[in-house]
Amino acid sequence: MNKLILKLILTGLLCTAISSAYASPEKDREALIKYVEVRFPGIALEEFANGAYAYDTVGRESWEAIEEFPPYEIAVDDGQEMWEQPFANGKSYKDCFADGPVIAQNYPHWDKKQGMVITLALALNQCRKANGEKPLKYKKGSINNMLSYISFASRGKKTNVVIPEADAGAMAAYEDGKKFFYTRRGQLNFSCATCHVQNAGNKIRSETLSAALGHTTHFPVYRSKWGAVGTLHRRFTGCNKQVRAKPFKAQGEEYRNLEYFLTYMSNGLELNGPGARK
Amino acid sequence: MNKKSKGLLSIASALLIGVSLSSSAVLAAESGSNASSNIEEGKKLSFSRPKGNCLACHMIKDGASPGNIAPPLIVMKARFPDKKVLKDQIWDASKRNPDTSMPLFGRYEILTEAELDKVVDYIYSL
Ligand code: HEC
Ligand code: HEC
Repeated sequence: MNKLILKLILTGLLCTAISSAYASPEKDREALIKYVEVRFPGIALEEFANGAYAYDTVGRESWEAIEEFPPYEIAVDDGQEMWEQPFANGKSYKDCFADGPVIAQNYPHWDKKQGMVITLALALNQCRKANGEKPLKYKKGSINNMLSYISFASRGKKTNVVIPEADAGAMAAYEDGKKFFYTRRGQLNFSCATCHVQNAGNKIRSETLSAALGHTTHFPVYRSKWGAVGTLHRRFTGCNKQVRAKPFKAQGEEYRNLEYFLTYMSNGLELNGPGARK
Repeated sequence: MNKKSKGLLSIASALLIGVSLSSSAVLAAESGSNASSNIEEGKKLSFSRPKGNCLACHMIKDGASPGNIAPPLIVMKARFPDKKVLKDQIWDASKRNPDTSMPLFGRYEILTEAELDKVVDYIYSL
């Protein structure tokens, strides 16, 4: 255990833990980190931002080869064009996001006024709606260009999800997301944790399972299987379907709260999106 | 594993080598069906992704790219002298391990009773 704490100090995570006022989510995060450290001795925490490639050495080789000609590059470029293109009313995204495009690290966050978790995808559409533009779809299509551009611009920033402990709504949303993550569902009776905690590092058929830690750092993701860049909620949908559970609505409350919990678990990890996966 | 009957049944299982298992309680229920074709069908069901998909987690002889979540399915008779215990494991793995990563094939009706019996026959032949 001493070794673990030493490692925590070395990675600077204990410092955030001590200065954090939000005991419960922070304890969850620490517990996950400890679990991962025991399960994957010798693998640096930062590596988990690379998903299963943190330890899947064979997969990592082809991944690194793919990264030499990143398949998400076009999406990043197209996203930049969208970002710079003024809306019909003359305003632009910049009017909604003063710090944009380097903003991915601050999402999702609790919006006290709206009383809900606001994800980056939702914030983009709220901006569009406020400016009289049609909202974008949440799983496939051009929203991924916007997200790719913002994600690329935010590379190197550290995930920094804030959960205001004093706000009962925020805490309830976090707890709801956590419960979702650990609840078994579907005919195959798996929870997210069955695969991404309990069996992280194991192979399901030929797929090496990633750990929940680092799940969110690199979204949106180009998947060879999709032949396109897709959102985190598209991935959630796929993982729900795999176990024959009915997927929830992209950007509905369930997935937003799940994203809130899951992204918080990666607090302190560097953003490195968009990613490329099988 | 059912420890009480282990000793006795492992002797019994030694006599049951091969596919002539028709005297076992499980198979008695489907007398009339052909044991070796049951095993063939059981193999198909076990390998099929929409059905058993056992290979997702278990290494099985002849199975391509198995996962490694679960123990290899080998020498089943020695490890499951009581075939009923094997069937129970496949029917509802959560009985032995509440935190199991194995789907509950019978209880959640992923396999029908008839399909599950064929899978049991096949797995027992390994
Ligand atoms: C039956 C197993 C299984 C279950 C249950 C499951 N997943 Fe997955 N998940 C996978 C596989 C396989 C992959 C692809 C390999 C990998 O990266 O882990 C994956 C990938 C992911 C990824 C992308 C990882 C990356 O590096 O890009 C995320 C995020 C994810 N899952 C989240 C979830 C969430 C949230 C749930 C629950 C709603 C869930 N998964 C349930 C099997 C599962
Ligand atoms: C997604 C994972 C998964 C799938 C699919 C799966 N199993 Fe399992 N199985 C396990 C795990 C994990 C164990 C270890 C015991 C436990 O945790 O329940 C196990 C244990 C077993 C055992 C006991 C082995 C022993 O040595 O104790 C048998 C028999 C078995 N499984 C048969 C099957 C059959 C037959 C199928 C397909 C019809 C199947 N399993 C599909 C995960 C799986």
